[in-house]
Amino acid sequence: MAMLSFERKYRVRGGTLIGGDLFDFWVGPFYVGFFGITTIFFATLGTLLIIYGAAIGPTWNIWQINIAPPDLSYGLGLAPLKEGGLWQVITICAIGAFVSWALRQAEIARKLGMGYHVPVAFSVAVFAYVTLVVIRPVLLGAWGHGFPYGILSHLDWVSNVGYQFLHFHYNPAHMLAITFFFTTTLALSMHGSLILSVTNPRKGEPVKTAEHENTFFRDDVGYSIGALGIHRLGLFLALSAGFWSAVCIVISGPFWTRGWPEWWNWWLNLPIWA
Amino acid sequence: MSTKSFAHRRLLPVLAGGLAVLAVTGCERPPMDAQQTGFRGVALEQVTNPRIQARLAAANVAPDPLPPAAPVPTPASAVYQNLQILGDLPLTEFTRLMAAITAWVAPAPDDCSYCHNLENMASDEKYTKVVARSMLQLTQHSNEAWKSHVAETGVTCYTCHRGNAVPQYVWTTDPGPAQPSRFVATGQNIASPTVAYASLPFDPLTRFLDDDHPISVVSETALPEGYGQDIKHAEWTYGLMMHISDSLGVNCTYCHNSRSFYAWDQSSTARFTAWYAIRHVRDINRNYIWPLNDILPDSRKGPLGDPKRVACVTCHQGVNKPLLGAPMLKDYPALATVTGAKAEPAPAATDAPPAAMIRTEVEAAPTAAAKVSEQAAPQQPVM
Repeated sequence: MAMLSFERKYRVRGGTLIGGDLFDFWVGPFYVGFFGITTIFFATLGTLLIIYGAAIGPTWNIWQINIAPPDLSYGLGLAPLKEGGLWQVITICAIGAFVSWALRQAEIARKLGMGYHVPVAFSVAVFAYVTLVVIRPVLLGAWGHGFPYGILSHLDWVSNVGYQFLHFHYNPAHMLAITFFFTTTLALSMHGSLILSVTNPRKGEPVKTAEHENTFFRDDVGYSIGALGIHRLGLFLALSAGFWSAVCIVISGPFWTRGWPEWWNWWLNLPIWA
Repeated sequence: MSTKSFAHRRLLPVLAGGLAVLAVTGCERPPMDAQQTGFRGVALEQVTNPRIQARLAAANVAPDPLPPAAPVPTPASAVYQNLQILGDLPLTEFTRLMAAITAWVAPAPDDCSYCHNLENMASDEKYTKVVARSMLQLTQHSNEAWKSHVAETGVTCYTCHRGNAVPQYVWTTDPGPAQPSRFVATGQNIASPTVAYASLPFDPLTRFLDDDHPISVVSETALPEGYGQDIKHAEWTYGLMMHISDSLGVNCTYCHNSRSFYAWDQSSTARFTAWYAIRHVRDINRNYIWPLNDILPDSRKGPLGDPKRVACVTCHQGVNKPLLGAPMLKDYPALATVTGAKAEPAPAATDAPPAAMIRTEVEAAPTAAAKVSEQAAPQQPVM
């Protein structure tokens, strides 16, 4: 596979976190590394186990395939393979693959001499997943509190968990998470449309510069955060969305068992007006 | 401008402290208890706080039964006058029941005189005595005609009264906030405890437990072609459901699988009980409490002049079975069946829903739906 002219400059040895230079090589355009190997191992094993789970399940309908966690009665112990054990092994594989991928990103960042922004950002998503299937189940005392692996079944889980707290929109962390999700999509759409506009000028005109971008938003909303700033803002908004999502689910159950509307009574009971 | 300067740096510890206090006081803590009620992984479960449950258990203890009465052949009517419904009871059982009712409803300092003129015990001059007779009929009727709701456990006066002349958790029609508002009265948005502090319509009780507006809001067709139940109706229904959940100390998944709230074959058997319970409470309010309104003093009425009525919380008081299912009725069999000549003021609509109900074909057929769910049980057990 042909290498781009500047690519050789980045294919440097070293910077590995583990294993020295044992896996420090490329296959075609892809860096391998120790964590590339573990990623492939966990991802392949987990995917095959999901296919096995589908094979011993009642349906091949892609929407209805369901790998469910164990009954609550198993607590934090191991369950038989066909009664939730499969979910437990697949969960280990998923975490193994996700964490391996983050560490591989870290190794690549070291090779390139850049900061750890990419693995840190990805770790927030991994943290949200781990919160759902490890931290919250452990706090509640049973793996059965994890969400099932299935397109429709996980939506049923989401819906029912929400209604365990009567009205989930009153969950304060859920409010923050939703606000950050909406704002991150708003920021991305504004930024994306701006970039598409300046890089696709009308026929005969040159591609516009950053000064043009700033001018557009200063005219439009009175302020331009700038070419670097928008990426910092985007990172903050996106990570906040994932972080508060994790918070909103981990407080539901372990730290609050009643309806979420009732939680706001601290506000109604403030000594200012109560 | 340095980005590191925060103009009110000294406020930071205060803010952090405030947030910490909020986090600690606004939260519960693990460990929690959890009970699974559906197939694994679909989150049909009750997560409860054992510290809160212990408080609820302490607040819902049934009193010890009075010692059994010595059997005598003499009926109470041979000794006392004006016994319209309890005259056939053996004399000793009658006095035992009167003693029990006094302890349940009007303990000292009220005692017998709360209802009776002590100079003439037979007199109906006190309105409380007339009300008490009607409440006895209500209790008997509930235990005989509404086993679909109260089962063999049944109810006694104590289930609601708990030592109070007027049960602690009763309701009257809520006219809404008294303060003038520029906003048009919407009937919602005041964080009422009736609907567990949501912004939902704050008085669903008048609408559903007094009147019999249809509760179902899900259309049976893909598009709501002319179906009358819109989003506003859904909020009314949601308000009632919030009241039921909060009163019973359970969440929505106690009865429903939220993937399909309306589907009986995906609901737990508790929903069938709840269906009958709503009709039962309506029966109580319409046929036993409203008819008494003319004799009630204003102190026993709401701001709109309506009587204090029964809702789910009146008996349940935060637990899914009142008094945690303590079978008080078996010790007071006189309350178990309807007695007396004019004991049946209203026929119970135990099996047929009111004709005004929309979607009667679904709502009227919980038994059939239960059979379906039994057949489907191997795939996805409901309970």
